[in-house]
Amino acid sequence: MTLNLFYFLSFVAVFSALMVVFSKNPVYSALYLIVTLFAIAGHYILMKAEFLFVVHIIVYAGAIMVLFLYVIMLLNLNKDSEPHKSSILKFAAAICAGLLLIVLVGSLKGTEILVRAETNTAATIGDVKSLGKVLFTDFLLPFEIASVLLLAAMVGVVMLGKSEKEH
Amino acid sequence: MISFILYKAILVVVIFGITLFVAAYSTYAERKVAAFLQDRIGPDRAGPFGILQPLADGLKFIMKEEIIPNVSNQGLFVLGPSIAMLTALMAGVVIPWGGSLTIGGESYTLQIIDLNVGILYIFAVVSIGVYGIMIGGWASNNKFSLLGAIRASAQMISYEIAMGLSIIALVMLTGTLSLREISQMQAGGLNGDWTFWNVVYQPVGFIIFLICAFAECNRTPFDLPECETELVGGYHTEYSSMKLGFYLFAEYINMFVSSAVIATLYFGGYNFPFMNDLGLDQNLITIIGTIVLFLKIGFFIFFFMWIRWTIPRFRYDQLMNLGWKVLIPVAVLNIFISGLIAVL
Repeated sequence: MTLNLFYFLSFVAVFSALMVVFSKNPVYSALYLIVTLFAIAGHYILMKAEFLFVVHIIVYAGAIMVLFLYVIMLLNLNKDSEPHKSSILKFAAAICAGLLLIVLVGSLKGTEILVRAETNTAATIGDVKSLGKVLFTDFLLPFEIASVLLLAAMVGVVMLGKSEKEH
Repeated sequence: MISFILYKAILVVVIFGITLFVAAYSTYAERKVAAFLQDRIGPDRAGPFGILQPLADGLKFIMKEEIIPNVSNQGLFVLGPSIAMLTALMAGVVIPWGGSLTIGGESYTLQIIDLNVGILYIFAVVSIGVYGIMIGGWASNNKFSLLGAIRASAQMISYEIAMGLSIIALVMLTGTLSLREISQMQAGGLNGDWTFWNVVYQPVGFIIFLICAFAECNRTPFDLPECETELVGGYHTEYSSMKLGFYLFAEYINMFVSSAVIATLYFGGYNFPFMNDLGLDQNLITIIGTIVLFLKIGFFIFFFMWIRWTIPRFRYDQLMNLGWKVLIPVAVLNIFISGLIAVL
């Protein structure tokens, strides 16, 4: 049952991820991306990580993708207004994305040991309390660095928004 | 196992039915309250006191001609109201509607599922709900609809942040995200376990949450997405028949669910004063508790309507200023002070 669900969710995730790339209409791409995010959130449920599931949906599907859609709708992008990109740009983008994928896979490679150490408490992995404990003890430094990074991004956005007005 | 599934299935159907019933009669109550506040009579033709008005309205919506504009995106046009209705109905799953009934030695809890992240689940559902409006507004291929959809999404994202922050202070107080545990914490009696409703400990948080609930439900004074003086009908300009009905109905369901969440988080949920001191049977206490919860919900629904017919609509910049420059700083300050009090 769980395995079948896993295959189903994976199929939905991969299929809609492909549709994100192949859709001509940017609004469809964004909607397929939302479906992908839901399918990935479903994997968290399979791992009994309800907290991650809910937070994933709130943050990605509920906030970030709404902003994506918002911008796409506001700009009213469609086939006619799509800027023509030279093939060298497309080539460069593909290589960059591929390199990013390698970095992501590489960074995940070392985490197997960590995961195995933590899954001794597999039953409580989705529990808010145990997640909080792990975040604030073993992973405190990466957690704080991530929050500083987000803060820096926020400050940057405010700066950009401000300088526009003065001109 | 079978009895467990049966009991959950019955509970789901009953809650579904009650939600629809309350939402239907909220439309009637809205018109009656509006009439009362404006010194009119209100609907009084269908049945005694117009009590059958919601049925007549529903029938009218179903019988009307269904129009899907040629220039619209037809799949998404139908998807919009469906998502709005679906997400509105999904939120009732985690709300504790009552204590537990003991029938024939078996204990039945009046809640469909007690997630340990109940509050966050409600947030997730609410944040998905905006897609119904966005998709519908965009698929209509109408400038007014699009403007309404864009307003709705900007408004909901802005107020979700303040809402989340106001809840953090409450969660710091209760130490749990489960709605059932939060309402159980507010149960109390005279025998040394005297506890107040959370609104006593979190008055500022409650006011922020209430204002944000108005904004999330697109209720006046925050109903700019469907501001008829500027946008014809906002995101549902192109909709007709039951699809329009779904949008309007989803708003009333959202109002019902928000009232239930407010009652549960801040006003003791299904608990009532002296519930453990009256020496009543546990089943009777559960039933009275559920009735009390519905009375609280009824009061908040009335409050939603009361505000609607009292306060005029905000201007859009006022809405954004209130959300970002007032509610969010106050909510952060509230977290800070609550933390300080909790530590001291």
